[in-house]
Amino acid sequence: MTHTFYISASYIVAAIVILCLIGWVWLDGRARQKELAELEASGIRRRSARPAPTDGASS
Amino acid sequence: MPESLAITKISDLANPTRFLGLAARILPFMAGITAILFAIGLYLTFASKGDYQQGMTVRIMYVHVPAAWLSMMCYSVMAISAIGTLVWRHPLADVSHKTAAPIGAAFTLIALATGSLWGRPMWGTWWVWDARLTSVFVLFLMYLGLIALNRAMDDPSRAARVSAVLILIGFVNIPIIKFSVDWWNTLHQPASVIRMGGPTIDKEFLWPLLIMAIAFTLLFFTLHIAAMRNEIWRRRVSAQRRMAARMAGRTLAKEA
Repeated sequence: MTHTFYISASYIVAAIVILCLIGWVWLDGRARQKELAELEASGIRRRSARPAPTDGASS
Repeated sequence: MPESLAITKISDLANPTRFLGLAARILPFMAGITAILFAIGLYLTFASKGDYQQGMTVRIMYVHVPAAWLSMMCYSVMAISAIGTLVWRHPLADVSHKTAAPIGAAFTLIALATGSLWGRPMWGTWWVWDARLTSVFVLFLMYLGLIALNRAMDDPSRAARVSAVLILIGFVNIPIIKFSVDWWNTLHQPASVIRMGGPTIDKEFLWPLLIMAIAFTLLFFTLHIAAMRNEIWRRRVSAQRRMAARMAGRTLAKEA
């Protein structure tokens, strides 16, 4: 095997691992955003994200 | 009082909602700068001449060395976060060390694989059980163990505390990796960049190496911040699902 093989293999391995890492973080982020949007659409919100009472009454 | 003001500022940064806002603002810039640095680093890497002894295989150094640095730096970031979990119970500390583990494992895998691919033409072997290689392999196993531990425990705060203790115990491996080439007789060469007396490496190789190292470091921080943001969202989803289940339970009880 030539030196070019070892150099190419190193860069290919590094690129595959880094691209998998980027893909995993990106896809995970999209999936979580979708889940949060679905929950919000069904009316389930965090307490801090709910609209404040307008008549001054405490909750 | 200035001290209380400083504590308030730190508490503000510890707020996950503020962290999400900050992440949304800085992530596009960090990703852009990382891409530009990788483009410059890769151009310099392939424009550089070969080493008088190693020939063109010296180009493996530009991915192997930054990945190896990152494997240790990532664990150091996890150790600082572990202190945050155990001492200050920082809201983001357990999120930080949980999300850093897979990224650290990936960089350690790159360091091990490219080191093996560099070792074969230069040393005549893919692998030797010398102090540097073995201690980095142990680091890789520690990352895998921490990922498994975090996935095995349902309660995130309990998993964070157990992980934090293990991370701090495992931190002893970091100086062993760094100084293994000085303390023992190894096939791996001694430090030639971060050492007393300055770098021994020629500037022609040093500049591309430093730019690639900065690019890898920025890539790590970009991915880490994005993964932390994802983990905060994941925890919010499970909290909201629990809340929905409680509300459904109350409704059913009223109807009964």
